[in-house]
Formats: sequence, structure tokens, C-alpha cells
Amino acid sequence: MSAIYILWLRELKRYIRSKAQIVASLGQPVLYLLALGFGFGPVFQKAGNGSYLQFMAPGVISMTILFSSVFSGIAMLWDRQFGFLKETLVAPVPRIEIMIGRTLGGATVAVIQGTLILAVCLIAGFRPAHWSLVPLGFLFMMLIAIVFAALGTALGSILQDMQGFQLVMNFMVLPIFFLSGALYPLSNLPRAMMVITRIDPLTYGVDALRNILSGIPTFALTTDLALLCGIAAIFLLLGGYLFSRIQL
Amino acid sequence: MIQVENLVKKFGELSAVKDVSFNVAKGEIFAFLGPNGAGKTTTIKMLTTLLKPTSGKITLDGLDPSHEKHAVRQRFGIVFQDPSLDSEQTAYENMELHAVLYKVPRKVRSERIDQLLKLFELWDRRNDYVKTFSGGMKRRLEIARAFLHTPKILFLDEPTLGLDPQTRNQLWTHVKRLNESEQVTVFLTTHYMDEAERVAHRIAIIDHGGIVAQGTSQELKQKTKSDSLEGAFLALTGDTIRDETATSNDQLRQVAKMWSTRR
Repeated sequence: MSAIYILWLRELKRYIRSKAQIVASLGQPVLYLLALGFGFGPVFQKAGNGSYLQFMAPGVISMTILFSSVFSGIAMLWDRQFGFLKETLVAPVPRIEIMIGRTLGGATVAVIQGTLILAVCLIAGFRPAHWSLVPLGFLFMMLIAIVFAALGTALGSILQDMQGFQLVMNFMVLPIFFLSGALYPLSNLPRAMMVITRIDPLTYGVDALRNILSGIPTFALTTDLALLCGIAAIFLLLGGYLFSRIQL
Repeated sequence: MIQVENLVKKFGELSAVKDVSFNVAKGEIFAFLGPNGAGKTTTIKMLTTLLKPTSGKITLDGLDPSHEKHAVRQRFGIVFQDPSLDSEQTAYENMELHAVLYKVPRKVRSERIDQLLKLFELWDRRNDYVKTFSGGMKRRLEIARAFLHTPKILFLDEPTLGLDPQTRNQLWTHVKRLNESEQVTVFLTTHYMDEAERVAHRIAIIDHGGIVAQGTSQELKQKTKSDSLEGAFLALTGDTIRDETATSNDQLRQVAKMWSTRR
């Protein structure tokens, strides 16, 4: 357990110490929020769906968490380069603990980032449907973060160089985001699109957050919860296995 | 303490280590001396659970590193050829992280960290980020860290690469002292003859993945009828120059360096 704690703490320290990175990583979500939120707002309203900002804010929070957590996992590439990975690999610590420690660290950072974006949303005029449900929203933010930090860390243990990083970015992270319903409603989609959106794990995270924060549900909250927990467990175990196979 | 029998490691067609056998007794300082690409680092990686051997038998303190990984990992400390510190944390934090990973009991933890940081003359800089350290300081910190969990075996993979003579000298003095006071078995690789001669009880000369000779430096000199260890080394390994190809890791490290200076 103490190994998990110290690896978690390390991720957190790295985050807090890189102030420039904190500001930089907030740039993209804020742009989405302002440009799309206010840009598509009138069209969305005319289509009879209410406030677009109210609709997309949970989506942008999910996006922030997705990007932040996947990247923190893939940051393992730097540990591989600068050698710190070796220090953890020769340590007498079960590989699953290394995996969990790193994942929880990355996930915590992602939730902090998500919270900052929630604050930006509030400033932009977003209002939660029920303030009392906000704590439950944090539970789901943490779940989304764990799912994708575990995925990122698992990938980070296979990738050898930065070319791989581009591959993950363009063929995994961006599709996961755009096909999750973060930016548009999941109803009345073409058949193929509907199937794809339902395979995307982020779909259930976005749906849960939108249900809780904006009061606009697609699936039952328990479905979201069960699926996210299941996927998180699978990714963690997969990551632990991949970690045990790393040879340097 | 270390027994290696007929160890082989192949990467595809290439044999990095071919049929290597040697023994290191408890408390002994044993040096692997060889040119670039001779298989020194590959051997260390197999001894320290980072690589699986293709064939052959390794026993570390009676345990097999490819099966009893966990127990083996508790028994050794290692200083890698390339740095393995977390540069975004302070020297003290690096030590603390190591102590926690190796489950050094909380009571002795801070005492031992303080003692080692003082011994390696890093105490005054303990709260500075490792990224501000010079190459020599980083090396000292890595060696201090490797001693932290009182390992039975210490692996040093070219620990003095790129250090000035003063730092090298001081470093070996510490290693020797700790070898004597804590009865640590030391397995080191280097290509500085003088170091091997000064520190090691026994030396194995490795080339093209195989051991070409082993014994005390005196024995090696007699065997080759040379008056210095360097003469013996050249007599045994020839004087062709070995080129190593850069791995993707080296390339990426360069990219990373560009990045970090830009920031």
C-alpha cells in the first residue's frame, strides 16, 4: 500500500510543480467551451434543445479529464527515457501496485484539472441542475479519470517512443472524445454512429456527468456506474500484466 | 553470492551474451571489464530481473532472478549506466521514495537517509531538485540510494562514466568503505583499468559476449605477460574499436533534451 501512496504522491508533486503545464493544459478546453459553447449556442437553441452551454459543459469537463489522464499515463515515456522507470522496475513491489499508484496519481491530477474547468464553466454561466448532486459528479469524474489514466499507463508501458504517442493521440484519444457525445446529443444518430458511440467508454462518463450536472440523461446512472467500474478494473489488470512484461 | 552458469542472451540473430559462467563470493568486489558492446550491461540486466535470459542459470543469494523476482529484488541495489533519478524531485524526496518502495522501516528510514546523504556529501543540497545537480552529484545520490535498503549485493554499471578524477576517487573510497563495513558484495562494470585494478578483488574480462579471462589483476597480468592491466586487457581483447548503434531510447533522449532546454 505504501508503494501505491508514494507513487501517487509523486504524480501529484510533479503536477503542482509545473505551473506552466497547468495553465497550458487548460487552454484547449476553455477554447472549446467558449468557441463552441457560444458559437453553436444559437443553433442549438433554435433546434429546441435549450442552452448549449448547459448541455456541453459536462462534455468539456469530461474532455479535460480524458486528455489529462491519458497524457499522464503516457508521460511514462519520459520516465522510460530519463531512466526513472528502471528504478521502479527493480523495486520489490508487485507490478499491479506500481500500475495502481501511477494510475491513481494521474487520475487525481485529471480530476483537479476537471474541477478547474468546472469553475471556468461556472464563470461562463453554467449552472448545475442540483447543487446537492455535485459531490456525486466528482465520483464520476474520478471514475472517468481512473479508466483513462489506466488506459494511458497501460499504453505507456508498450510504447517505445514519441511516434507512438502521435498514433495514440490521433487514432485513440481524439476518436474517443469526438465519438462520446461530449459535443452532441446521442439521440437520432445514424445507425453506425450509434453503435460506435456505445462502444466508447467515455460515452458513459459524459452521460453520467450530464445526467448529474445538467439533468439530461440518456442511460441509467447505475448502467454508467457499472460499466465504468468494470472497464476501470479491466484496464488496471491489463496494465499490471503489461508492466510485468516490460523488459529493458 | 552470485553464481552464473552458461548464461546466454540472444536478441533475434544477435548473441549479446554467449555462454558466460562466473562466481562471486560473499563480500567480494568483482569487476566486469570489457569494451563497448561486450555484453556487460546485458549481463547486469539479466542478473537484476530486467531481462529474461535465453538460456543458462543464475543464482543470486540462492534465488533465481527469473522466477523469484520479488525476493531477488529485495536483495540487491543497483546503479544503472544511465541516470535513473526523478529529476523533478529533491534529493531527499528521491531517497524517501526509494525507502518506501523497498519498505525500509519508518524508524530507521530518516536516520539512514541522513547518514548516507552526509556520507556522500549531499546533505547541504538535500532540498534541491535533482535537475539542478551536476553529473557527479547525481551519481553520488544514486549510489547513496542504492545503499539505502542495506542490500546484500550492489550492482554498479559503469558508475564513473563521465566523472572527473576527484569524484571517481571519492566514489570508490565510499564504495570500498561500505563494502567493508556492511559486507556488501559488489559487482561492477567499467572500462577504466585503474579503477578495476584498485577496487576489485577479482576481474573478468568480457569481449564479444564471452568471458575471455578471469582472475585477480595480478593473475591476468602474469597470464598475458604484461606489466599493466591495460596491457593485459589489450592483449586479450585486441585493439579494434567497437561501434554501438544508437537505440530508439538514445534518440528520444536527445529529443527530450532539446525540449527541456527550450522550456
